[in-house]
Amino acid sequence: MDTSRRRVLQLLGLSAAALSAPPVFNALAKEAHEPAAAPQIGPSKEALTAKQWAMVIDTPKFKSEKDVEPLVEACHKIHNVPHWDEKRWEIKWLWATHYEHAFTGTVSRRFVAEEVQHRPFLVLCNHCENPPCVRACPTKATFKRPEDGIVMMDFHRCIGCRFCMAACPFGARSFNYRDPRPALKYTNKQFPTRMKGVVEKCSFCVERLAEGKMPACVEASEGKLTFGDLFDEKSKVRELIKTHYTIRRKVNLGTEPAVYYIV
Amino acid sequence: MNDKKLIVTGLVIFLIIVLFPFWYNRGRAVPPPEVKLTEQAKAAKECVLSKDYMRSEHMQLLDLWRESVVREADRIYTNPKGKQFVMSLSNTCLDCHSNKADFCDKCHNYASVRPYCWDCHIDNPKENS
Amino acid sequence: MLELAVKGSKRYYGWMALLLGIAGVGFLVYLKQLDFGLGITGMSRDVSWGFYIANFTFLVGVAAGGVMVVLPYYLHDYKAYGKVTILGEFLAIASVVMCITFILVDLGQPMRVMNVLLYPSPNSVLFWDTIVLNGYLFLNLVIGWNVLEAERNGVHYQNWLKPLIYISIPWAVSIHTVTAYLYCGLPGRGFWLTAILAPRFLSSAFASGPALLILLCLVIRRVTNFDPGWKQIQSLAVTVAYAICINVFFLLCEVFVAFYSQIPEHVDHLLYLFVGLQGKGAYVPWMWTSMALMVAGIILLVNPITRKNELTLIVGCICVFFGCWIDKGLGMISGGFVPNPLHEVNEYIPTLLEGMITIGVYALGFFVLTILFKIAVSVKEEVRA
Repeated sequence: MDTSRRRVLQLLGLSAAALSAPPVFNALAKEAHEPAAAPQIGPSKEALTAKQWAMVIDTPKFKSEKDVEPLVEACHKIHNVPHWDEKRWEIKWLWATHYEHAFTGTVSRRFVAEEVQHRPFLVLCNHCENPPCVRACPTKATFKRPEDGIVMMDFHRCIGCRFCMAACPFGARSFNYRDPRPALKYTNKQFPTRMKGVVEKCSFCVERLAEGKMPACVEASEGKLTFGDLFDEKSKVRELIKTHYTIRRKVNLGTEPAVYYIV
Repeated sequence: MNDKKLIVTGLVIFLIIVLFPFWYNRGRAVPPPEVKLTEQAKAAKECVLSKDYMRSEHMQLLDLWRESVVREADRIYTNPKGKQFVMSLSNTCLDCHSNKADFCDKCHNYASVRPYCWDCHIDNPKENS
Repeated sequence: MLELAVKGSKRYYGWMALLLGIAGVGFLVYLKQLDFGLGITGMSRDVSWGFYIANFTFLVGVAAGGVMVVLPYYLHDYKAYGKVTILGEFLAIASVVMCITFILVDLGQPMRVMNVLLYPSPNSVLFWDTIVLNGYLFLNLVIGWNVLEAERNGVHYQNWLKPLIYISIPWAVSIHTVTAYLYCGLPGRGFWLTAILAPRFLSSAFASGPALLILLCLVIRRVTNFDPGWKQIQSLAVTVAYAICINVFFLLCEVFVAFYSQIPEHVDHLLYLFVGLQGKGAYVPWMWTSMALMVAGIILLVNPITRKNELTLIVGCICVFFGCWIDKGLGMISGGFVPNPLHEVNEYIPTLLEGMITIGVYALGFFVLTILFKIAVSVKEEVRA
């Protein structure tokens, strides 16, 4: 944190110095009336903010795979998540699994209503309050954003050691075993792809939150998913957690997942 | 030391090999690259910062932008003239400079640098010609 | 002393050329991996570490095993080991070189490896592993080289080496402890989440490292004029015998805890390895082979008659070495990742190409080892003559 802040200041100073160079100064003198100010960096005005983003998944509203597909599709499409036929190279940010796989160690499918056994349960990165992947990363390429609790990936810095994949108890992370581009069925040119040799996962759609939009899956869910600030008493997620019985994946591990499931 | 001759010969061969680029390219100079601007870029007149600064220091600015967006959750850059930019290589820089081959590549090839920005960031996001 | 490595017989040069050739082939395959990505390996989303990390883990053990000659010699003044200490230290160097190479070939973006130092993250065990491994390499290089040079010049080694030698002993323990911490500190990986992992790693290290050293000593006895000594080899064999017993005992402790508590998260990995799970069990024959080898190793090395017979000693050491390699390499990594966090079984089978890269790394390691041993043996021959 400290070093990066210092670098920001250095660079801002540098660019200010560059501006005072004679040719630029002349150009400026003609156009601008105010003296040249230093460049500034800040958050966008329309950005959605929170202390800790969280998601509530209303699972009874998901009846079959058909209810899940549009959400997964929306996520994978806008983020350029490749689709490999070879299972080893599989990459997924958001996907559906069965009850006993989603909540291993906590539930069993025995004697459970048939409907629950067949219900698809969405799983994704839990953006844990106490994330083991962040602890494991040797370069801080994956980190928890202090601003809003999102567990982020810096693809520029990742060395591809895959320690975070071993550390994640939810299997939320994927590794680019190959250059992902040939496996893109559709490319969203406004969003970068990844390169081979880095790890990736769900980011709670940081790029959309910055534009004041809800995550893509939440938007596509037509109310089945709720997204909000876990530490805001009046938020919708808090309301749902208070009024419904919710469970989370593997709470016994102490990672404090931020994805809650209404069962 | 009786190996004087051998050592000198070895040194000469070593120098010839090491200085290969210099004697091989002697007397020749590749003309400096001429970059082409897109209509959009021409119309904008000035980039985020002055042309001179951008030409020599754009990588520093990109690095700063990258750090700010990815790690500090800041996305808006206000230049000294008060103009605001979304700090995005894909959607701000490459939107205006949508002619990678005639713009970015020209200097990068001349300077023999191979930045891997485009391994992930897609050039020409809006498919302008 | 480096000149000693260049003067050698035709046989020596032939052996080195062979190793370089194998390493070269491995390097070519690695270039392929660099171009294509780690997709040429059998690793997957579920089993995200494979053969490379398995061999890395095993070789950290071999490197740490060198301390089993260093400790008695320097700490307990066990004079007999004066002849083999340098071999133990040099074996450690070659092993650490292989370890570091295995880590490098396992990285998805190896050109960015310096990020580990550029953005130091004391939270990460991998950061500490980088430090202890490189530190151990440095210590052994400095100590081994200077002690050998002093021996060549017929003087006592410099006094400033003493503290380094003492540091190197706990440091050997630390490299394997930290390597175990890579695994055993991860929540949700039941197979690794056990406090006995580091001790278990160390016990298998003190078995497999000296076992390899015995085999190497016997080779040196055959092909050079330097004899590391039968007494030394016998002492080492006793070390191997006890260490392998402790290793098997620790393994049985794991088995007891898992199967008596019957907690699925702990049981299922063992079931997968030893009998198969959900119809999949590629490692079942390997794991039982490993058990058989380790038991055979115990029988051959604990029993004084077979331990003192050169042939059965060799067989015993080979049993221990490969038994540990399967158990700690293949089983430890694969078993930890299967079943996956969602309790699905997706197996990992190494590919031919990653096997070739692995063999290439071993060839590189043996190349380094041969150079170092050549120097050590030449000095010993010189001093004796």
